[in-house]
Amino acid sequence: MKKDPEKKKKTKGVSYAKWGYIFILPFFLVYFTCHFVPQALTIYNSFFENYREGLTQVGPRFVGLENYVKLFTASSDGTIDILKYTGNTILLWLCGAIPQILVALLLAVFFTSYRLKIKGQRFFKTVIYMPNLIMASAFSMLFFTLFSNVGPVNQLLLSAGIAEKTIDFFAYKITVRGMICIMNFLMWFGNTTILLMAGIMGIDQNMFEAANIDGATPLQTFFRVTLPLLKPILVYTIMTAMIGGLQMYDVPQVLTKGQGMPDRTSTTLIMYLNNYLGTSKNYGMSGAISVYIFIITGIISIFVYRSLTKED
Amino acid sequence: MNRDVSSKGAKFKLNLARTLVYIFLVFLTILCLFSFYLLIINSTRSNGELQAGFTLVPSTHFFTNLKNAWNDASIDIPRGMLNSFMVAIITAALTTYFSALTAYGLYAYNFKFKKIAFTFIMAVMVIPKQVSAVGFVQLVNKFHLNNNYLPLIVPAVAAPVVFFYMRQYMESTLPLEVVEAARVDGCGEFKTFNTIILPMIKPALAVQMIFAFVESWNNYFIPSLILTKAEYKTVPIMIAQLRSADYSKFDMGKVYMFILLAILPVMIVYMFLSKYIIKGVTAGSVKG
Repeated sequence: MKKDPEKKKKTKGVSYAKWGYIFILPFFLVYFTCHFVPQALTIYNSFFENYREGLTQVGPRFVGLENYVKLFTASSDGTIDILKYTGNTILLWLCGAIPQILVALLLAVFFTSYRLKIKGQRFFKTVIYMPNLIMASAFSMLFFTLFSNVGPVNQLLLSAGIAEKTIDFFAYKITVRGMICIMNFLMWFGNTTILLMAGIMGIDQNMFEAANIDGATPLQTFFRVTLPLLKPILVYTIMTAMIGGLQMYDVPQVLTKGQGMPDRTSTTLIMYLNNYLGTSKNYGMSGAISVYIFIITGIISIFVYRSLTKED
Repeated sequence: MNRDVSSKGAKFKLNLARTLVYIFLVFLTILCLFSFYLLIINSTRSNGELQAGFTLVPSTHFFTNLKNAWNDASIDIPRGMLNSFMVAIITAALTTYFSALTAYGLYAYNFKFKKIAFTFIMAVMVIPKQVSAVGFVQLVNKFHLNNNYLPLIVPAVAAPVVFFYMRQYMESTLPLEVVEAARVDGCGEFKTFNTIILPMIKPALAVQMIFAFVESWNNYFIPSLILTKAEYKTVPIMIAQLRSADYSKFDMGKVYMFILLAILPVMIVYMFLSKYIIKGVTAGSVKG
């Protein structure tokens, strides 16, 4: 607004405004048809009964909130599936994300420390970022192969005498979840490290020098200088990690063949969505699940954002 | 003298800290690389050798495994790689070109809805793609576009994150005087963008093309809902298929080879361009 009058004078006679509209038109056209309409359709679908049973198509028939009621109705054994899967997703995310952020924070401080002067940084950064680019489904398949009953991990444990007989890693809650968390950790801690490093390097170096002159210990410097100044980037990192975490799909889906074994304890929300959307094309139920995920994402985002920015 | 002693102590402390940090870094390096090392080793071993036991030493069956995997009847990996490659290249080209175009439109021109358009794109940036999958798949089925690559390629035109990166890049490196100069020379607006602006933002285009290529190459969720016919399947779908196949009957050397082939193209790209890729990670997001 402030600069407008000047600019208008400069380009007097010819208006280039229309080019602005032309240039951004493709984006908005595609956004509307490929993202906005599907989003609206998803919400719309959640109020309809619409699925395929064998070869017969049921619906679409308006059912109000019936899909949502069904979503929160306990099954015969007393569990409410959607809550169970929400719990799974959050647990799997936390177990990967907490070490991910802690390790990334540590590494970022080490790499940027002018006292430590870590050598070979480029090598380490290259290595720790690499798993982020690996195809998640292939990485998951690799873990399955390595940890399968006849896989190298079992062979190693047997030959070293650590295990007496083959361990079925896919029969226990803790090992399956553990594998998923380790994979998520490995895939994301390098990325987080690089982001946080850039954040620390963006902090005014005089701050660190001043802290040093004032005789602050490295720990004090970290908690009193680095961490508070890093907060905006830390919030950003945690929020994007969380939104990504709620969408967790490829790794558990491939690792457990979509079954979330044992006893669906590693089934995530998107896996649940896929169960309805994949074969039965149940647009009603999967629509309701999508709306649920959308709302949960929003609530947690606000919650995390608030709790991290409150003190300022 | 006293000072000397304390500085010696400090030096010892610093060296100790440094050593501990290096040990930690080496541990993480091993953690990152170990599974891939085993993958490469195991892809050189025959099924018999793989059943026999664990080793860290490569064997001699790499090319046998490669031949077996390449010619497998049920999982047509060369076809899958070709499909994935095609989709990824076109997606990467579209997403970078149109994101740059959109960013330029909002950067270089003044118009009424400029601010609203920008705010809108920033707002929708955080909405996860998966939550609109239901409506998207329904539309695809309605227009009989399943087993077609259009639904995988076209949405790439509207990529808020790539747009944001381009916009940041232009703000820091692209002087608007260039545009004015081009206008004085009588260069059309569209031509200015294609022949003057694009070459100027080449580094940004390259980085985003790499990221978009990798993202598309690895993409599993939406393609698995759209591509059902064998000849259209992309690599991640084939890998997932491998998992659901009757595993015990498989030639394990071949399985490792499939996984290796799935991640190899990205690994090769990374080996040569890691410096730029790592730089690209930060440039887009931190300022935001």
